[in-house]
Amino acid sequence: MRTSRFTATVLMLYGLLVIAFLYLPLFSVGLASISKARYLSFPIRRYAYGWYGEALASDTVQTLLVLSLKVAGIVTVLSMIIGFFGALAFARYSWRFRKAYQKLILLPIFFPQTVLGLALLMWFNTLGIVPSWKTAVVAHLVWIAPIATLVISIRAYSFDPALEEAARDMGASTWDTLREVTIPLLMPGVVSAGLFAFLLSWGNFPLSLFTTGADSTLPEWLYAKMVSGYSPLVPTVGILTVGSSVVLVALGLLVPWGLRRMRALAGRVPSEQAAQQIPQET
Amino acid sequence: MQRDRQLGLFYALPLGGFLALAFLAPILLVAAFSTMPPKVFSLAHLPDFSAYYTVLTQGYWKSVVWSLGMALAATAILFVICWPLAYGMAKVLGRFSLVLTICVVMTLFVSENIRLFGWVLTLMKGGLIEGYLRHWTGAGFDGLLYNVPVIVFGLVYVYLPFMLFPLAQGIAMVPDDTRQAAFDLGATRWQVLREVELPLAMPGILVGSLLTFVLSAGAIAESKLLGGQAVIVIADEVETAFTYGQNWPLGAALAMVLIAIVGGIAIWGIGRADLDSMMARK
Repeated sequence: MRTSRFTATVLMLYGLLVIAFLYLPLFSVGLASISKARYLSFPIRRYAYGWYGEALASDTVQTLLVLSLKVAGIVTVLSMIIGFFGALAFARYSWRFRKAYQKLILLPIFFPQTVLGLALLMWFNTLGIVPSWKTAVVAHLVWIAPIATLVISIRAYSFDPALEEAARDMGASTWDTLREVTIPLLMPGVVSAGLFAFLLSWGNFPLSLFTTGADSTLPEWLYAKMVSGYSPLVPTVGILTVGSSVVLVALGLLVPWGLRRMRALAGRVPSEQAAQQIPQET
Repeated sequence: MQRDRQLGLFYALPLGGFLALAFLAPILLVAAFSTMPPKVFSLAHLPDFSAYYTVLTQGYWKSVVWSLGMALAATAILFVICWPLAYGMAKVLGRFSLVLTICVVMTLFVSENIRLFGWVLTLMKGGLIEGYLRHWTGAGFDGLLYNVPVIVFGLVYVYLPFMLFPLAQGIAMVPDDTRQAAFDLGATRWQVLREVELPLAMPGILVGSLLTFVLSAGAIAESKLLGGQAVIVIADEVETAFTYGQNWPLGAALAMVLIAIVGGIAIWGIGRADLDSMMARK
């Protein structure tokens, strides 16, 4: 059934309206970040970019930046590794407790993060571990590793088991099969999972709040400043963190597209078929 | 087959083991602490369950009712707002729905703090809306923050993607032929919606509603940043008991109430979902 042009136009406008609604607060933060006044009030009378220079030069902001990057980087690498194996167990192999395992993985995603952060704080305390950025990595992983697993699972479901069996029949060991067949096939999923993991860790506040101890991440610092009175650095640093996420997503979308274009131009086979080339040595 | 079983279990170990240690164990610890006498910091005491008595008699049920009520309102509003857009994304808009998806997913990577702070700047007295209105018309008002509706508004804003995507997924599962057949047999637009689209899209509706409800019920930042102290939500009570109150058993008992409600709903919903067929279709 064809929907009328009128319906399509109305739905498209509605979509744009929802997007405008989602981005309006960020627009306000952006405006606030270039207001010259120390105490913000709309309408903005004079614009200035000086707060950006000040934010970038600030030692505090640099320390926060390094710490947030460290946490997000480690969370990314670990979620990619845990998620890769987790997804194979989730989607590829049928084994005895698979259904229960699939459900266990979903629970942390549903769980209220503030409560999870507090529960982990009690847990670390009981184990005698002093909270620092390292415990924050653990806290982030409880929430992010399952999400990474789900992202990779979507890819793993479209996996043809015959490819692995073929490799095995040709004499490849479990490790060879993993390296030559499974990893290349799941790679696009692993990369998207890594992107998700980095961005979610980078922006996370509720889990960091209780688990970083004396350390502090960017979202934590922003929150502390927000509730303790306005500082002109809050919108500026906020926009800087949002901007870096946008750049990363743009890279994540453009790089695979560019690679595909280049491959198409070079007339080579797409990676899926390349991965089917089974190891030569028997 | 035997190999599949072994590999499945083996690959599930990293994630499964990690979640057992860093997710299930802390929850068990919270459960144990909730039975301890007031204001102790270790489990070396005789359980007396007095914290639950405090929860029942000190009016904490109000926070539970507020949290659940606002979560219910947000879920209902989100369903109505998201249905037309999800319909458009699944059936009408074609390539434009990819643009919409990217724009909506992008917002998920921005810290909830920054987005809510953006709404504070937009809605406060002297904020984007009131400031420009006063500037252009001379008539100001008191700002739109610090009440219950604005908390629900914040929940609707933050959890929109969690309703939108499952709904679109659900509507995509409604075969066009079935709708066409209903129209051919003389059904009105309303009857098609009620008798064909809603029942067939039910898995998506369920997942979206469960996600938004569960996440909103455990939310805290909306009521803190937008709502001021208009109402205290249950997650806020948990945090206060742990931090300012220094009463871990009370915080643990309050957390157990929230975990029981949220976990009960989540386990019920997850138990009904067939993850293999839902995810493999993507």
